[in-house]
Amino acid sequence: MAAAVKNAKAIDIASSRRAQTASNAVRLTVTYVFLFVMAVIVIFPFYWMVISSLKTFDEYRENVPTLWPRTIVFENFGTAFEKASLVDLFLHTLYVGVVSTVLSLIVTVLSAFAFSRLEFKGKNALFGLLMATMMVPGELYTITNYLTVAGKLPFFDEAVSWLDITNTFAVLIVPMLVSVYYIYLLRQTFLQIPNELYLAAKVDGTSDFKYLWKVMLPLSVSTVITITILKMMGAWNSYIWPRLVANDDAHKLITNGLRGASFVTETNETNYPAQMAAVFIVSIPLFLVFVFLRKYIMRGVSRSGIKG
Amino acid sequence: MTDKRNNPKAWLYLLPAVILLLIFSFYPLINTFRMAFLNGYNGLAIIGGEKFTFGVENFRTVINNVDFKLYLRNTVLLCVLTVPISTVLALLIAVALNSIKPLQKVFQTVFFLPYVTNSIAIGMVFNAMFTQVGVGDLVQTYGIINNIIGLFGAEPINFVNTGSSWGANMFVVCTYIVWHALPFKILVLLGGLQNVNKQYYEAAKIDATSKTRTFFRITVPLVSPMLAYVVITSFIGGFKEYSSIVGIFGESMGPAGSSGQMNTIVGYVYNMLPKSNLGNASAASLILFGIILVVTAINGYVSKKKVHY
Repeated sequence: MAAAVKNAKAIDIASSRRAQTASNAVRLTVTYVFLFVMAVIVIFPFYWMVISSLKTFDEYRENVPTLWPRTIVFENFGTAFEKASLVDLFLHTLYVGVVSTVLSLIVTVLSAFAFSRLEFKGKNALFGLLMATMMVPGELYTITNYLTVAGKLPFFDEAVSWLDITNTFAVLIVPMLVSVYYIYLLRQTFLQIPNELYLAAKVDGTSDFKYLWKVMLPLSVSTVITITILKMMGAWNSYIWPRLVANDDAHKLITNGLRGASFVTETNETNYPAQMAAVFIVSIPLFLVFVFLRKYIMRGVSRSGIKG
Repeated sequence: MTDKRNNPKAWLYLLPAVILLLIFSFYPLINTFRMAFLNGYNGLAIIGGEKFTFGVENFRTVINNVDFKLYLRNTVLLCVLTVPISTVLALLIAVALNSIKPLQKVFQTVFFLPYVTNSIAIGMVFNAMFTQVGVGDLVQTYGIINNIIGLFGAEPINFVNTGSSWGANMFVVCTYIVWHALPFKILVLLGGLQNVNKQYYEAAKIDATSKTRTFFRITVPLVSPMLAYVVITSFIGGFKEYSSIVGIFGESMGPAGSSGQMNTIVGYVYNMLPKSNLGNASAASLILFGIILVVTAINGYVSKKKVHY
């Protein structure tokens, strides 16, 4: 009797276990199918960009678009370089990106050091004030900065012409040098370095600056790299400010140039393959960053949604 | 030397940052308020030595402006539509990613891809996917998306070309924004899920709790701080939406023939600037700031009540 009950129970457990494995298998399949479908949706625009840039204009216009170019052509890239003057745009952006990254790093490192290691009156109040500015949408600053860079000083009605720095590289660099977010990010990293190191250096008579340069910076390399990448990507992707204050051919940045370029053929049609080739070229540096430096961006991103 | 309480040399280190912030952040902040509350301010002194008078005329002009009303409606709708959709999708993807072992890293990499892109450039790709080439009877191709939905028997829709409807435009813009918003949210939510103590799930398993119940009673409450964070940041981002729409439609912020149809509050500010409508631009940007403050406050209040720490 007891044995029979035991037996029945065992059968029961076995069958419920089998049912569980079966439902697990179903769940796992559903999970993978879902992820696969979402992955396809995520990748599709990139895929479309790449194959469109390799198609001939005629093939692109076919009634039912081909999912793989029947004849692969590379002439679109030549057209893209020529129509959007991508080389010029690239050089401008590289110059602005490098200079503004270097200057911005200097400003950020110095402030982050003061906020993390030095004691002075009003430190917490100032830091709080800086943090509060992160709440303010950038558009609020843009209106006045737009006037300032055109040489319009407060309390003066007329703009001062020699202070007008629109259509220069300076206007693309200087107003964007300080990022409170980068100061915050680096300060957090600096704070993780034990204070004993600082005190020991003090006893040895090391100056603050030497300590910052020789000890703190080498220990914070990864955050410095994160800031460098975000700042460079910022220059690469910035659109609104450059469009507003430096829209001439001699200073145009890449995103602005890409959007403004005309890819029209002789028959007044948009040459989509050439346009997609230009978009592809502009995306390549970002893909390289993604492939090789992804972890640094992810580190910066997970702490804030702010880009660039 | 090691005076711990006050080290005036600290200000030397802060000098560059403070000077730049004074010129490019704090002065603009004050000046924006000044311009917004000077009636009809345009940056020039009124002829005859008169001064601008203080008042709320700019705000009244902006709020009663037909364009601004449309742009405000667009912006609010964009937020209301994209924030829930992208958050739910991101949570589902994050949970799915967290529950698998093989291929997890591959999928994770793929889902992060849209983050490292240029929003203008990829906006142009979205335009190309939705656009039709040719007009009327001379349409050569309706575009890849129309071909895909055609497989399910749907008639081709004019998504972004001349004469396309507001709803169709909205669909394209929302699709793009959701696509673009996913990586950041997945990253944050997955980070949250991976820190959840496995014991909760084991306890649920012993109690034979159903998977759905486990999801709503354990997973969601435990990642609720991250959920609150992504919702707040995406609402703020949504109200400042501008570049994605420039990417799809160009500076005209709408299909050919109906420019401005998809414009947003930020777009209004940038429309006013070159026209020297500084008072209106400032007032509009303060309205935007106000909306963001209110939304953040509401989110903060709700999450204080609902967020489980």
